[in-house]
Amino acid sequence: MNEERKIKVLVCKPGLDGHDRGAKVLARALRDAGMEVIYTGIHQTPDDVVNTVIQEDPDAVMLSMLSGSHNALCPLIMEKLKEHGIDDVLVAVGGIIPDEDKPFLEKHGLKGFQGPGTDLKTIVEFVKNNLKR
Amino acid sequence: MTEYDKIEQDKKKWENSISLKKERKQTFRNLSEIEMNRLYTPNDIKDLNYALDLGFPGQYPFTRGSYPNMYRGQLWTMRQFAGFGTADQTNKRYKFLIDHGNTGLSVAFSLHTIYGIEATDPRALGEIGKEGVAIDSLKDMETLFDGIDLSKISTSMTINGPASILLALYIVTAEKQGHTPEQLRGTIQNDILKEYIAQKSWIFPPDPSMRIIVDTIEYCTKHVPQWYTISISGYHIREAGSTAVQELAFTLADGFAYVEAALERGLDIDDFAPRLSFFFNSHNNFFEEICKYRAARRIWARHMKNRYGAKKPESMRLRFHTQTAGVSLAAQEPENNIARVTIQALASVLGGTQSLHTNSFDEALCLPTENAVKIALRTQQIIAHESGVTDTVDPLAGSYYIEWLTNKMEEEAENYFQRIEDLGGVVPAIKANFFQKEIANASYKYQQEIENRERTIVAVNQFEQREPCSVPLLKIDEEVAKEQIKKVNKLKEERDNNKVKEKLEQLKEAARGTENLMPFIIDAVREYTTIGEIINALKEVFGTYHEDSIF
Repeated sequence: MNEERKIKVLVCKPGLDGHDRGAKVLARALRDAGMEVIYTGIHQTPDDVVNTVIQEDPDAVMLSMLSGSHNALCPLIMEKLKEHGIDDVLVAVGGIIPDEDKPFLEKHGLKGFQGPGTDLKTIVEFVKNNLKR
Repeated sequence: MTEYDKIEQDKKKWENSISLKKERKQTFRNLSEIEMNRLYTPNDIKDLNYALDLGFPGQYPFTRGSYPNMYRGQLWTMRQFAGFGTADQTNKRYKFLIDHGNTGLSVAFSLHTIYGIEATDPRALGEIGKEGVAIDSLKDMETLFDGIDLSKISTSMTINGPASILLALYIVTAEKQGHTPEQLRGTIQNDILKEYIAQKSWIFPPDPSMRIIVDTIEYCTKHVPQWYTISISGYHIREAGSTAVQELAFTLADGFAYVEAALERGLDIDDFAPRLSFFFNSHNNFFEEICKYRAARRIWARHMKNRYGAKKPESMRLRFHTQTAGVSLAAQEPENNIARVTIQALASVLGGTQSLHTNSFDEALCLPTENAVKIALRTQQIIAHESGVTDTVDPLAGSYYIEWLTNKMEEEAENYFQRIEDLGGVVPAIKANFFQKEIANASYKYQQEIENRERTIVAVNQFEQREPCSVPLLKIDEEVAKEQIKKVNKLKEERDNNKVKEKLEQLKEAARGTENLMPFIIDAVREYTTIGEIINALKEVFGTYHEDSIF
């Protein structure tokens, strides 16, 4: 991608969970790393997420999920993105994602899986290294 | 020369004469960024007045304890927060806990219940029964407490937006067991202000939410006299990233806001204040936590007496539940969390808690397994029965450091009260995102300190081994959601739907006016109206809240 342009990241909290500490800290860290960050806030349905992606055209979507609804909601988000022909956006999920769920989510095109205790620097590097455009 | 001058002089001499080893850090600060001195002496608390600032346990200003002989008379309630899957599954977990010596119940609800969204609603997708027990109607509540005598046990329900509805469900479930509301003991969290500030499970905008809360206070004062009407919570404020001082200040400020709202309704402070309780976090900095609890009691007592004119000592007495800090649990080498929880639990006991939940060591990874829950409960029992810390009341009082830090935390909390007042009070401060910004700043700073190794988290940012995690995890079966949806649909076929409609109309009518909503909610739940239906009816009148997504 063009080095001059800022990486644009959408930080989202899908589902009903309100534990947004991690999402907010991450949003700030990405911004401090020079990226353009949009934070959707909590309670995003898969349709909300996809609509924001269409409007904002981010390079990466970071989903923060702690309540165990990742297996139900993440594949839905991926399907809906595909329906809209969006396939060049990095979609990552982090939070509380048990190891055994990772293959299933990977199969649906999700990446990341950063859990508790992950350094913010690690996530910043992850975003930079995994962009699809 | 006074005795204090002499000590000051001697201290200087001591600091000059001894050869100090180069200190490990330039400054030593606790989690509230308060800088610690090398040594505390009587000079640090020379203004402390025993009668005015400490007094005796169970007496104003309650610094030394909420009750006269504390744990010599009665140990704290060991109340493990539990709930997952269906009502039937959680009922079995409660019976397991009761069999192992749990002395009170504490209900964790499914996220869809917490938001008053019915299981059949698409927004509930993936959330049902994952973080707590799925409750949609009286049917589920009857199952949840099946075989548990509600006149004998006390129950705490962590519920806020729909708290009035869960209270109504509890009253009607008990009624079906043959018990009157007067016999019931327990708590609804019912603290909506901290939802806007930190936990985010709000439903309606602040003003109608405050009205419903005052309705529950008024109703319980008259009909459910042993019920704690609000559990004014710092726990979630802390979990969201605040410091200990912020937790203390924001929680008590919320408490004052509820008191003011109830006074505005025309209630007598001494009628409702004794039934307010608190809920604090216990994090890693041992003495800071102890001083936070001691300061909380003293601040509450002083404000209740001097600012709100309470006359009864019970109105000035702050009682609290503690939960160890979920956010302090590490996913790396999770067994180490047992040690963290022990230190945190001990702090809450030395700080004089009335009840305690100890987190299970596996909770950074999943809801706790049965074995992990048992270890957490055993931790409390070991503190209670083996450590000897319960043998005398407030054993740390008089320590120069403890009293200095208690004073300091009170002083910093008072500074925050002033700032909140300058913004026009708690609700206007919420609308101005004051708390939200303070917390976001504190949590980002804390995270940076961990990443810069200024703060050590064992096996996370120092001494890491990065071994794969091997503890067994609790998995919630996806069948739970299907079963719950089926149950709700079946219920709607079996109940008298005309009655349900009628009760919902009556409730809306009352919501448009100024009547107390509790009797209408009780009438509605008795007809097996779902929580989701009641919330939707109230949303038609009250609207919903939207927050600014600041970070």
